[in-house]
Amino acid sequence: MRRTILRGVHELAKRDERVVFIGSDISKRDLAAFAEEFPDRYIMEGVYEQHVVGLAAGLAMSGKIPYINTIATFLTRRCYEQIVIDLCMHNQPVRLIGSGGGTVYAPLGGTHLAIEDMAILRCVPHMTVVACSDAEEMERFLPTTLDYPGPIYIRLAKGGDNVVPHDGSPFVIGKAYLKRAGDDALLVGTGTTTLRCLEAAELLAQQGIEAAVLHAPTLKPFDHEALLAHAAPVRAVVSVEEGVKHGGLGSAVAECIAEANFPAPKRFARMAFPDAFLEHFGSQNEIMARYGLTPEGIAQRTAELLA
Amino acid sequence: MASLDARSKALRRRILDMVRHSRRGHIASGFSLLEIVRVLYDEVLRYDPKNPSWDGRDRFVFSKGHGCMGLYVLLAEKGFFPDAELDKFCEFEALLGGHPEHFVPGVEAATGSLGHGLSIATGMALAARIDKKPHRVFALLGDGECAEGSVWEAAISAGKFGLSHLTAIVDRNRMQCYGSTEDIGPLEPFRSKWESFGWAVREVDGHDVAALREAFAALPLAPDRPSVLIASTVKGKGVPTMENNPDFHHTNKIGDEALDALYAELESQ
Repeated sequence: MRRTILRGVHELAKRDERVVFIGSDISKRDLAAFAEEFPDRYIMEGVYEQHVVGLAAGLAMSGKIPYINTIATFLTRRCYEQIVIDLCMHNQPVRLIGSGGGTVYAPLGGTHLAIEDMAILRCVPHMTVVACSDAEEMERFLPTTLDYPGPIYIRLAKGGDNVVPHDGSPFVIGKAYLKRAGDDALLVGTGTTTLRCLEAAELLAQQGIEAAVLHAPTLKPFDHEALLAHAAPVRAVVSVEEGVKHGGLGSAVAECIAEANFPAPKRFARMAFPDAFLEHFGSQNEIMARYGLTPEGIAQRTAELLA
Repeated sequence: MASLDARSKALRRRILDMVRHSRRGHIASGFSLLEIVRVLYDEVLRYDPKNPSWDGRDRFVFSKGHGCMGLYVLLAEKGFFPDAELDKFCEFEALLGGHPEHFVPGVEAATGSLGHGLSIATGMALAARIDKKPHRVFALLGDGECAEGSVWEAAISAGKFGLSHLTAIVDRNRMQCYGSTEDIGPLEPFRSKWESFGWAVREVDGHDVAALREAFAALPLAPDRPSVLIASTVKGKGVPTMENNPDFHHTNKIGDEALDALYAELESQ
């Protein structure tokens, strides 16, 4: 996914001279072509994320469209105030590409887990938050960022992620996509959890439970309309995210459902990480499994809700 | 330190007029930087008050946001917005509040959270270089603000890029909210800090209009480095009660009597 987006930014730079790339001390991999072709618009900065975001704001205020890439934790937490004030308050078209979203860097420990990134950025006015399911969706999404107003946070997954089946519809920021129909339950995913939801739906089907799967790559602005349309006919809704329980996808779904005031209450569960620091290493899959964020875990929780 | 001429006193009176309405504000901070802003708008910056976003303008990032009364009296005088706006300072529906907002004509960036402006200015200067545009970029920082690590992040970066069309001005009044900068978070040796980050440095009396004029005229101080003017100033300059007095970092609920005393002290100087 990183390779896809970095190459994609290079392609955007060929199309549009406003595009500037800024790295904050990242790997040279996949960057040589951009650096060679557009040295003036290729900026490699040090480990100072506050400055990098402020710098990007200044470039954007001068008509540029900066794409910044560094590790997601540092690109969201270290420079949060620059994001809020310099980017969001001024509504500048800066794109924050966060590598290692969620638990990708599990073996590196808790300082490298970007699990509250979506939540802390979702509450800031003007910010758009996107997590694609796979590299192919990233390819569809990236061109839509070029002329999109305001800042965007783009959470990257591990890479080599299995591809979620796609019906050919174009990517629209702010739109959620129904990936599977079902009358009993609605599973809602973002980023790579959508694939887990689809696999869970297969397991549920074997039990005679038909679960719909809604893929919400844009966490903000959230597609309330799609969520409510697909939640209306089902008895249970389950949100699944690779992030903290408070403030992210589960909160967005809960807010929609709560305010919809359906005549018959929905059964509802948020599947996410607990309100705790995850003191594990190992692998992304091990952490996801520990907290039940597996197809089996999702299927089980959904079945429990319907029981 | 230079004494104040009639124009500098008049600008300070206008700030006190603002406080007459708001009953609050960072008066002393505004007084500290007033000659710097005055010379910038009188003689240095290129701008068009009727078209504040004119692409050819010089950019002036007012990073020391809490000193904004000193900026606003100049912006009003130059015609960026009606002078009457000054008398609504901090009102609910006012254009002007206690820190600069990006929607105020003539303000490049909302500031007030310290340590943001030099990075933004560096980005603006880099964009000008990419686009081969001739405008210059200025950023005004407080010395207390220079405790923010992000200031030095920006200093590394701008030094690396060698942005000679970027100038930082530091309002070096040696005071911050609690007291002396050197007691709280020592900045000295301040000049050599900037030099070691790759900046060309000049020290100047920040209340001496002629000296400021000369310092700005000398820019860039080096052909391939950003410049910084360290302007020695007095916080609260022009009103002895306020000068170097931490009680006047931010004034709130000031009454007529106390305010009248500030006017009187200013006139007697």
